[in-house]
Amino acid sequence: MTEIGSPVAAPAAPTTGGEVSQFDNTAAKKQWQVILKRFTRHKAALVGLVMFVLLALFAFFGGLLWKHPYTETDRRYLPPSGDHPFGTDRLGFDMVAQIIRGMQFSLQIAIFVAVLSTVIGVVLGALAGYMRGWVDALISRFIDLILVIPGLVIAAVLVRNSFVASVAGGGGSNWLIVALYLGLIMWLSIARVIRGMVLSLREKEFVEAARALGASTFRIVFRHILPNTVDVIIVNATLAIAQAVLLEAALSFIGLGVQSPDTSLGLMISLNKNELTLHPWLFFTPFLFIVLISLSVNFIGDGLRDAFDPRQKRVKA
Amino acid sequence: MFRYILRRLLISIPLLIVASFLCFGLVNAMGDPLGEWKLQKPRTQAEITAAYDRTGYNKPFFERYVTWAGDFVTGDWGESVVPGNAGKPVKENVLDAFSVTLRLILGAEIIALILGIAVGVIGAVRQYSIFDYTATGISFAMFSMPLFCVALVLKAGGIQLNNWLESLGADRWIITAGPPGDGFKGSIGEQIFQYSGAYVLPTICLVVIQFALYSRFQRASMLETLNADYVRTAQAKGISQGRAIFKHAFRNALIPIITVSSLNIGANFGGAVITETVFGWSGMGKFLIEAITRIEPYEVLGFMMVTAVFIIVFNLIADVLYAVLDPRIRLD
Repeated sequence: MTEIGSPVAAPAAPTTGGEVSQFDNTAAKKQWQVILKRFTRHKAALVGLVMFVLLALFAFFGGLLWKHPYTETDRRYLPPSGDHPFGTDRLGFDMVAQIIRGMQFSLQIAIFVAVLSTVIGVVLGALAGYMRGWVDALISRFIDLILVIPGLVIAAVLVRNSFVASVAGGGGSNWLIVALYLGLIMWLSIARVIRGMVLSLREKEFVEAARALGASTFRIVFRHILPNTVDVIIVNATLAIAQAVLLEAALSFIGLGVQSPDTSLGLMISLNKNELTLHPWLFFTPFLFIVLISLSVNFIGDGLRDAFDPRQKRVKA
Repeated sequence: MFRYILRRLLISIPLLIVASFLCFGLVNAMGDPLGEWKLQKPRTQAEITAAYDRTGYNKPFFERYVTWAGDFVTGDWGESVVPGNAGKPVKENVLDAFSVTLRLILGAEIIALILGIAVGVIGAVRQYSIFDYTATGISFAMFSMPLFCVALVLKAGGIQLNNWLESLGADRWIITAGPPGDGFKGSIGEQIFQYSGAYVLPTICLVVIQFALYSRFQRASMLETLNADYVRTAQAKGISQGRAIFKHAFRNALIPIITVSSLNIGANFGGAVITETVFGWSGMGKFLIEAITRIEPYEVLGFMMVTAVFIIVFNLIADVLYAVLDPRIRLD
């Protein structure tokens, strides 16, 4: 199922000479090489990957190279110019420097969330699917519980509660709290998917063989079952990055997200929401960078899904 | 089937009890609802004691919960407690907000579902055509935009449109402050004018995200059934292409999206927080935000009970529909 790929992504069309021999060798190649090959043929995904790497480099190293430090002020509300390509904001800070810093926080949060939610979701999902019985019932009811309790209440407790804030690092820095919150909310879907996959994988012959050989539960789950779900895990983790960037922005908008002295692209947009008509660059530059990040990540995730999917080999009807 | 539904509903009663208790605890952890009021200006000890007495906040946490739960079962959902806003009945307010949200999301959900299914099916049948690429591009762009930005841009655009209409001598059309509280007035034509002005932007906003989700999902499941062996068998038997697509592939491709959309609709009864905030609709989302901001324990609980019932019921509907539509799946 190619979601957006060009026809080039379908490997069943060996038209040029060089392609034929490569295609014939497919079986002899290692699986990950085949996947890599399919991924690199996916144009949109490659563009996405390049774009994402450039954005990440810009976010984490751009500050070292850019002439204006993020603490320096100039005149307020300068429109975009050669000296300030994205203009200056309502306090006179250079927007390029602000974007770099905001993107740094946004990416930091998103990657933290992707890792955290994937680890929790995979471990709990695999446990529920493999152990079944009361473990499964417990984990499933826990998921129901989180679905039913309004997420914003949990967010408000974490953001407001002074005890939580002091544990997570003083000085008013709260990006970690927001990241924790998102990570604790977003594992539900991956846990459900992994549970379903493990439920069917545990009945397979190779698992039975491992069990007959006396492998421990831990070994069966982590060495034999989970490697068969790695495609779903990687695709989900990738897409979680895009989701986290957008959710963090939405939280900032309703005042339950990242707060000063930390910043993020979402916070920048919501602080500038009233500048939309008078000083549009203040609103649209962080907006543009959010869209670029999530678009590139979505393209990568899509390309990965196609690269992992063996049904790619089938000729389309 | 009946026993399954009954069992699921019975299981959800303890779930609701645990969830409401946890939720009450979470609101408690946000702080004292009277804390801010106490600091606004010097209060006498008598005033403070009276306020705590009235709200029941002089009693321990557990006792407060049991009192609330007992009242709730008999139909009394409690009152708001924060002074300045105290004494408002929670039940009426939640149900008002719920009717606003219902009106807002129902139409948007139906439009998004029909559009999403249609575009997804065409995209799958004509895979890699210009239509498919355009639809894919649009839904990816929609997926990648923060919704509140879309809403803010739409709102700014609506105001521009109004100014332009005014400069032409026409009436302002777009309403960005929610539907009029006392209903639509005037002749039928005027009512339609007001109605569309209030609904058009929030509906677009809600359709945008739902459509992206549904069309991608429908396209994927349609591709799956189009490539299935039974569709190829049907084609080999010599039935027409249209019949193979609609009778065999399409009907089966509808099963997953029915599940996804009913889960989604269930969750949406919790209100479209961002759309409601931007366009000034006092629906569930806005109600919750305000209750959290003021720290209103009973309002949050009332909100939770209403949305929880819908989440549970629509989860159940999704599972039952799945089993009804796909005979291979057995409920038990």
